Amino acid sequence: MAQTRREMLLDPLVDNNPITLQVLGICSALAVTSSLKVALVMTLAVTLVTAFSSMFISILRNQIPSSIRIIVQMVIIASLVILVDQVLKAYAFEISKTLSVFVGLIITNCIVMGRAEAFAMKNPPMASFIDGIGNGLGYGLILMLVGFFRELFGSGSLFGVTILETVNNGGWYVPNGLLLLPPSAFFVIGLLIWAFRTWKPGQVEEREYKIQVVEAH
Amino acid sequence: MSEQTNKGAIQRFLEASPDSTGKTLFVAVALCLFASMVVSAAAVALRPTQEANKLKDKQINILQVAGLYEPGVDITEAFSASFEPKVLELATGRFTDAFDVATFDDRASADDPATSTALEDDPASIGRQSKYMTVYLLKDDAGEIDKVILPLHGYGLWSTLYGFIAVEENANDIFGLQFYSHAETPGLGAEVDNPRWKALWNGKRLADDNGELQITVAKTAPAAGKDFHVDALSGATLTSVGVDNLVRFWMGETGYAPFLANLKAGDF
Repeated sequence: MAQTRREMLLDPLVDNNPITLQVLGICSALAVTSSLKVALVMTLAVTLVTAFSSMFISILRNQIPSSIRIIVQMVIIASLVILVDQVLKAYAFEISKTLSVFVGLIITNCIVMGRAEAFAMKNPPMASFIDGIGNGLGYGLILMLVGFFRELFGSGSLFGVTILETVNNGGWYVPNGLLLLPPSAFFVIGLLIWAFRTWKPGQVEEREYKIQVVEAH
Repeated sequence: MSEQTNKGAIQRFLEASPDSTGKTLFVAVALCLFASMVVSAAAVALRPTQEANKLKDKQINILQVAGLYEPGVDITEAFSASFEPKVLELATGRFTDAFDVATFDDRASADDPATSTALEDDPASIGRQSKYMTVYLLKDDAGEIDKVILPLHGYGLWSTLYGFIAVEENANDIFGLQFYSHAETPGLGAEVDNPRWKALWNGKRLADDNGELQITVAKTAPAAGKDFHVDALSGATLTSVGVDNLVRFWMGETGYAPFLANLKAGDF
């Protein structure tokens, strides 16, 4: 195995982040980052689902017929997502009300499918499990960063605790309404990718074209 | 060949190519069966807790809209001590005993053609309206009605808003309005949950002295005066219009108007 377990766990945080490097899972990153609490629960849910689906798929990897492998992966992922949804409804009702459809949409999160197809189908269960945890956390890290900016400047609070007293509640801070709307996550994620790639220039993709100097005649 | 026959059936199966038709079918069927068993077991095992959560959430909201909610109280106890649920027939404005109030479900009733009507004039965009609704009577110590809590719902910008309105015993003064389920934009439409906005409803009146329904959610006060005006949410025009429509719909003739008339006359 080329990677140690430690690398498997930590690589997806910065060096091989599913959102900033692979640009996967953007859709749900837009939807659930307007408050940190929701982003945190979503992080936990995605991490659990990615880890366990990778593990189960890896256990079955030698038995899964290649013609129906995507559907088999989907069945495993979907079952886990339904489990998470049911548990949230039973034990974290308030949060499940806020997350509503987005828990169900973990099924279509490219990160879960991506890890299943790219890693779990070729690696042993324990490694797949750790890889799933790592990628879930890498996704969560970006979610929390985006959520931090959006909640702080959009609602003037962090984890629901007021930091900047908003005008609506008699304070001084005029919240930036744009940050509460999904498109603002595009801007924040874009800036994060810029920051990551300035920090780690190795992540910058090579240009598909070359600027050539043509001699004037 | 002889080596093959020595292996057990399971061993042979595991070593068979996963791509053979038989194995493909087997994996598909076995996996689906297993997954469906896991999922349905979880759903069945967790259902009682989920139902209890839903009921508790509804009760908290009813307590809140009536101004009786305090954190830390036993919800079920506080609820059953204060409120008397009744099933109301909207058209006549009278209570009915045709249903068991403990098991009657407004939403299921709205889907059942036998107990609902398809609306032609449908400002609240709810499609079908149940002919019966569960209402909650809040009685004072002397057993007289203090407030009535009426459920209402309608479409905002993205979602159907479900809520309760608390009306005083004179059948015209609003005590409060609260939504317990919606998916409006956080920070904009979802400000319907903002305590400062909800407080605006307190003391507003539904109808003027001529009995005309005047309550409105709008940017500026209507001709009828400030008593009938709740300021619209800034940045959430469509949610505000939705709330305006749904409150006016449910307080109107197809909604609770017959019941409120009976309540005013003290005859129900």
